[in-house]
Amino acid sequence: MADSYDVIVVGGGPGGYVCAIRCAQLGLKTAVVERDRMGGICLNWGCIPTKALLRSSEIWHLMHRLGEFGFSADNFKFDAAKIVARSRAVSKQLSDGVSFLMKKHKITVIPGEAKLAGKGKLTVTKDGKTTDVTAKNIVLATGARARTLPHLQPDGKLIWTYREAMVPETFPKSLLVVGSGAIGIEFASFYRTLGAEVTVVEMLDRVLPVEDEEISAFAAKAFTKQGMKLKVGTQVTELKKGANDVTCTLKDKDGKTEQVTVERVILAMGIVGNVENIGLEAAGIKVDRTHVVAGKYGETGVDGVWAIGDLVGAPWLAHKAMHEGVIVAEKIAGVKGVHPLNTSNVPGCTYCWPQVASVGLTETAAKATGKKIKVGKFPFIGNGKAIALGEAEGLVKTVFDATTGELLGAHMIGAEVTELIQGYVVAKTGELTDQELAHTIFPHPTLSEMMHEAVLAADGAALHI
Amino acid sequence: MATNILMPALSPTMEEGKLAKWLVKEGDTVKSGTILAEIETDKATMEFEAVDEGKIGKILVPEGSEGVKVNAPIAVLLDEGEKLGDLPAAGSKAAAPAVPGAPKVDIPLAMKDIKAAVADLGNNMKAAAANDKGADGARIFASPLARRIAAQKGVDLSALNGSGPRGRIVKSDVENAKPGAAKPAAAGAPAAAGGAGIPGVAPLPDARLLYPAGSYEEIPHDNMRKAIAKRLTSAKTLIPHYYLTVDCNLDALMAVREKMNAAAPKGKDKVPAYKLSVNDFIMKASAMALMKHPDVNASWTDTAILKHKDADVGVAVALDFGLITPIIFKAQTKGLVEISNEVKTLAALAKEKKLKPNQYEGGGFSVSNLGMYGIKNFTSIINPPQSCIIAVGAGEERPVVRNGKIEISTVMTVTMSADHRVVDGGTGAKFLQTLKQFIEEPASMLL
Repeated sequence: MADSYDVIVVGGGPGGYVCAIRCAQLGLKTAVVERDRMGGICLNWGCIPTKALLRSSEIWHLMHRLGEFGFSADNFKFDAAKIVARSRAVSKQLSDGVSFLMKKHKITVIPGEAKLAGKGKLTVTKDGKTTDVTAKNIVLATGARARTLPHLQPDGKLIWTYREAMVPETFPKSLLVVGSGAIGIEFASFYRTLGAEVTVVEMLDRVLPVEDEEISAFAAKAFTKQGMKLKVGTQVTELKKGANDVTCTLKDKDGKTEQVTVERVILAMGIVGNVENIGLEAAGIKVDRTHVVAGKYGETGVDGVWAIGDLVGAPWLAHKAMHEGVIVAEKIAGVKGVHPLNTSNVPGCTYCWPQVASVGLTETAAKATGKKIKVGKFPFIGNGKAIALGEAEGLVKTVFDATTGELLGAHMIGAEVTELIQGYVVAKTGELTDQELAHTIFPHPTLSEMMHEAVLAADGAALHI
Repeated sequence: MATNILMPALSPTMEEGKLAKWLVKEGDTVKSGTILAEIETDKATMEFEAVDEGKIGKILVPEGSEGVKVNAPIAVLLDEGEKLGDLPAAGSKAAAPAVPGAPKVDIPLAMKDIKAAVADLGNNMKAAAANDKGADGARIFASPLARRIAAQKGVDLSALNGSGPRGRIVKSDVENAKPGAAKPAAAGAPAAAGGAGIPGVAPLPDARLLYPAGSYEEIPHDNMRKAIAKRLTSAKTLIPHYYLTVDCNLDALMAVREKMNAAAPKGKDKVPAYKLSVNDFIMKASAMALMKHPDVNASWTDTAILKHKDADVGVAVALDFGLITPIIFKAQTKGLVEISNEVKTLAALAKEKKLKPNQYEGGGFSVSNLGMYGIKNFTSIINPPQSCIIAVGAGEERPVVRNGKIEISTVMTVTMSADHRVVDGGTGAKFLQTLKQFIEEPASMLL
């Protein structure tokens, strides 16, 4: 007799384990199938360990500015192995933490790979042994992995994906990053700050292409100043491996080619959903390219099967997956008044240096809606706390519907903006308008004052500039 | 002093209009009340009358001009003995400034359509309060953005159901509000006392405007009053009602009832275990008749008719503070005593406001009985999602012609209101025939 549950979540990443916890909270008998470690990519190979690495590089950066703050020291150096070891320890602590959360909520963790096997049924394979489990509801949260192309294949030694880039055995002197989205830019930032020669190749015409154009331009300027080489509108046509280096052929949009030889290449060209080997086709679940097609509440169209997170497509963000996990759990439990996720209220954060954070429409996208808009901007140089911190480089930008005062988008670059953006997210979710934001008292002195100023600036009423 | 006559705002939201016709010409002497012009909005044509006396010095906007902005000078009024040169610069402050949003629209105007003016005033008063408090003074929960858009579109928030957390009204609710709401000056702005949002239907004026202040006591609506108003307005407006009336002879029923009540076992306290009312028989008869005529036991939806499998019969219960219709579910399976006791229990709960939604929502049919008040005959409003309701009058002794002779019988008049979308006349009539038969021969219910 197979074990039977109210809900089985396939995948213990941020979407899956949060969904499981919410299910358990709502009184459902819940299990999670995980083939590797609890916490998924996010905790083990993504968000969290990279933040640990970037913290190290930030400290390294500050050490080079010791004099500015009244300190002196010489002959300091870093140990790449220790930096990596700390990052791994952070991941392990959090992954163990998630395992503990599963126990606390009496959620069964089933190790192995799950596959849909008919209505309400899954087979779980572990070390060649297969067991059956049944559930009234199955939530697919298998996540995603790095996109590769036929001519751009990782080998784990010279050509990396995020996985190898996170645990370098030796610290490369030179590096080429393919793709300037969040993943690519964070690694570029980490390695550049620690001293590697970094070249970033972006096929589109600007770095961080999903961000507001002005923010992209600001970031590009900052990165270039740090010594990063940015090649936009450029593709990598060939990677030729040497003994301990890779010769990369780049082609710009005019067809001009050049060759760059680097020690390592990081492929960060986006991600693809893990849609294989989970029995989607046989179950009749629709797949569009590499993503499951799901409704606004995660419905797959097949009774009792739901899908969330990276598996169902962009934006590929842990917090989006977590939110979808909660929505699906509440739908399954029959909670009333469940609202679908509003993608225009999902913030995005990139932990490069300077940090980038945003929510909602870019200025260009807002204009394209045909609405009359107004834009407010405030630079870090006008903020007392930023200057006191020695972080006077940055920009906060707001985009409002000029007629209704709706906050259509907010875009920030500079120190700690990833911690600030949620203020605007709260405002968007609560549907506050420019007026409520203008009437909000922001504490002084904080970086958050710039958020206030950027709102006031939309009406030409910023106070400190 | 020469003054500009300005384009009047015929409604608080009017921004421009057509100067349809001048009824005066340059050089005419006018006094307060003289009709100067006809102004046309997308809503109505109204006469525009002078507030001051004087002479028309110059007509600035020729008749037939469209899109004349509110407060734009349309003519110059000269005082006695003044000449044209004395007139102030165009656009300076002058007579009858109409401030959009301020409830003074009616002052400079004589309106052909007083109803429209009053309705506008009602809209206006309401608009001032709408985005803050509902008509009953209760706080409306709406996001700031929803409030702003509602104010811009002229949408009455109190008329909306919020889809946000805990029913909070959010942007999408306002954006999805009736398309007519986008044009507050157009017919059917959804803010007046009634008729809201139905194209071509003038909203009813706020009654407060028609009575002197202090001549009435104002009782704010409670939720039940609001629900009654909303549901019955929708039901009577949207459901094509028709009515069928039948007389039922109660002689047999009364006799049976007397026997059965007399036979009721008495408990220790000498209280009988049941006391059947005529209405209990009608409830039972309705349930039986519904099972025989399932077409009547049905609900309308846009895409299908829902034929109910059980006879869930509602019974209208009058309360001091309103009215509610709890439901005897699966009445076809219940005996008279069970129905009788259940009606009593539900009525008691209703009086204490303790009914749960699952005790009054749904149902396939309703009975409304005003016989105890001596009402002979009346018609009820259908209680959606049901399709039919019977209005039961008093059982009274009436002369009845039987076999050519006048006899005295106890007779009760029953009028059924039916939703013609679901129940056609013949179907309704057949049902009523069966109902009459069960009532007149209660024993046939045993068959």
